[in-house]
Amino acid sequence: MLLQIKNLHVSIEGKEILKGLSLNVNRGEVHAIMGPNGTGKSTLASVIAGRDIFSIDGGEILYKNNDISGWSVDKRANEGIFLSFQYPVEIPGVSMVNFMKTAINEKRSYLGQDPIPMPEFMAKMEEKKQLVEMQAKLTNRSVNEGFSGGEKKKNEIFQMAMLEPELAILDETDSGLDIDALRVVSNGVNKLRSSNNAFIIITHYQRLLDYIVPDFVHVLYDGKIVKSGTKELALELEEKGYENFKK
Amino acid sequence: MDSSEDKLINELANEEYKFGFVTDVEADIAPKGLNEDIIRYISAKKEEPSWLLEFRLKAYRKWLTMKEPHWGHLDYPAIDYQNIIYYAAPKKKNLANLNDVDPELIKTFNKLGIPLEEQKKLSGVAVDAVFDSVSVKTTFQNTLSKHGVIFCSFSEAVRNYPELVKRYLSSVVPIGDNFFAALNSAVFSDGSFCYIPKGVRCPIELSTYFRINAANTGQFERTLIVADVGSYVSYMEGCTAPQRDENQLHAAIVEIVVMKDAEVKYSTVQNWYPGDKDGKGGIYNFVTKRGICKGNNAKLSWTQVETGSAKTWKYPGCILKGDNSVGEFYSVAVTNNYQQADTGTKMIHIGKNTKSTIISKGISCGHSDNSYRGLVHIGKQASDSRNYSQCDSLLFGDKCGAHTYPNVIAENNSSILEHEATTSKISEEQLFYCNQRGISTESAIGLIVNGYAKEVLSRLPMEFAVEARKLLSLSLEGSIG
Ligand SMILES: Nc1ncnc2c1ncn2[C@@H]1O[C@H](COP(=O)(O)OP(=O)(O)OP(=O)(O)O)[C@@H](O)[C@H]1O
Ligand SMILES: [Mg+2]
Repeated sequence: MLLQIKNLHVSIEGKEILKGLSLNVNRGEVHAIMGPNGTGKSTLASVIAGRDIFSIDGGEILYKNNDISGWSVDKRANEGIFLSFQYPVEIPGVSMVNFMKTAINEKRSYLGQDPIPMPEFMAKMEEKKQLVEMQAKLTNRSVNEGFSGGEKKKNEIFQMAMLEPELAILDETDSGLDIDALRVVSNGVNKLRSSNNAFIIITHYQRLLDYIVPDFVHVLYDGKIVKSGTKELALELEEKGYENFKK
Repeated sequence: MDSSEDKLINELANEEYKFGFVTDVEADIAPKGLNEDIIRYISAKKEEPSWLLEFRLKAYRKWLTMKEPHWGHLDYPAIDYQNIIYYAAPKKKNLANLNDVDPELIKTFNKLGIPLEEQKKLSGVAVDAVFDSVSVKTTFQNTLSKHGVIFCSFSEAVRNYPELVKRYLSSVVPIGDNFFAALNSAVFSDGSFCYIPKGVRCPIELSTYFRINAANTGQFERTLIVADVGSYVSYMEGCTAPQRDENQLHAAIVEIVVMKDAEVKYSTVQNWYPGDKDGKGGIYNFVTKRGICKGNNAKLSWTQVETGSAKTWKYPGCILKGDNSVGEFYSVAVTNNYQQADTGTKMIHIGKNTKSTIISKGISCGHSDNSYRGLVHIGKQASDSRNYSQCDSLLFGDKCGAHTYPNVIAENNSSILEHEATTSKISEEQLFYCNQRGISTESAIGLIVNGYAKEVLSRLPMEFAVEARKLLSLSLEGSIG
């Protein structure tokens, strides 16, 4: 199993957000997570990525059968965990090229490999840019600086393609994308899908799941997964909302 | 939120100073304290001509009437000027021949990455190495003299080129310019002298490397650079000091004279011991640097990367006297822990159609204070002049301070002044984002800071740029990760 979350309890500033969440993800699978605003979807994503502003009060996260509670954020990343941010961060002064090259080389160094040769790197940049139909000029700019909302989301998927993760978590990558961009990004994701990796897709809209067809759909409500099913569940949610889950 | 930022900041604070060792050499040391006898002692030790002794005494008497300036955003206990040693020199005398240099000193400079042996010299850089109060060795002198370039220790210049020294000494920084300049003029021990003749493009980079070794001593060196008509030189200055608990005073003067159509580029990588993470010890770096663009179309460019010193008080300036002359100031100043830096520039426009550019990048972390203080003065006669100033601050954490004090005086209305300023913060979100892409916090800070300071770093000569980048990362990153 790639990812196994058991009875996870997470809080921030004394406020409990995840209240006993469990989730299993195998390689080759796509899981969609849906749920109302503020129920802890982004929190879950951040905690898997290792953000230390949250406190883990119980349960465990196993990744490739390791308890990763002691792993730093960068170690998790270099072990193949990728998070496409709901709100990508701007880093003025750091060019996309330099940023990507550093990221790739840190991973290679982590794996005991030599730095990527420049021509190979440039070719890879070119290939992945085309995959998400990203405008060439964007990669000459600073990371996310002055990017439009949609451009930022595309940039996340571009970085994912560059880094070739084993577990990719896409937090509302669809929000802010226009119809064409949504199709392009979804195609990108579909091309990257393989029997060796897995995706967790957080979204509010069933429409995305028409493009990226999930194997499982989960409802995250009040800090727990309250219902799991197949893609039909998403349609049902679209129709009825989260009314039924209210206590 | 707080706890993780605190953690980062604490980790940042723990970087060690790598140059803090002490060299064990026998030294000639003056008794502590300052009076006319000490000044005579220094002058006698250096076998100086009487005009120079008179110069020193005049400066000393002037100094006695002056008050230590306290308008800077700096906080330090009163300096006891009678508790400082004003002259310390490694005992074995040395001159042109390396065989005369104490092997301990050669070892020291090797350790600092400044090889003085002929076969190991930095390629394409002539070095004048100053250890405590005296110049130890100037490399590449033969190559230079072929082009008529004079590059030697200040003492040698006084002996061999007294007319040049006499003509230009204190012509840019008068002895009474400020308290520390007066002090330097009274007690300066050594330094570098450089003269580039008419029309000569100096074929190699010139560099002075300053090292304070002895305890309780002040370092008061003096640099004088004269670029004659149509000449060009690029000059670099580096420095380090041992790690000591007490503060040490460094009050230097750099004077630069740039004649018509000449150009001087002066680059500094300042890495004096900054004190420990609780603010104990460190160098007080109170220096006066100024150049004059004397003739038309002269150009003077200051580039500084300031990472060391407990306190910095420093405003390299340009007097733009010649018409169409150009002054530039590019600065990166990093303060960490309890360091305080009050630095900036003075651009004095006198000639017509003169141009100045100021790019200042402050980086503050820990409990430090980082101030930009600048003066742009456009005189009545300086018609059609221009200044562009950009002062940016980058903050790390919320316990440090960044301040800008840009002063502008414009006395004509055909001139154009532009000023831009920004303040930004390295946020925990940015670091998390980088980490999530597999980039360690150390590399992430390196990326962000080098990106931020790029405009300034790219001005440095190659040999220096690499060192400066490393230094920037070192002084910030600490033992993170
Ligand atoms: N840094 C933080 N400090 C304080 N509270 C936080 C922080 N991050 C998240 N929370 C709180 O945790 C709860 C869950 O937030 P989270 O972002 O995980 O929700 P979400 O399910 O992703 O919502 P949305 O659909 O709106 O993106 C919210 O009540 C939020 O206010
Ligand atoms: Mg969210």
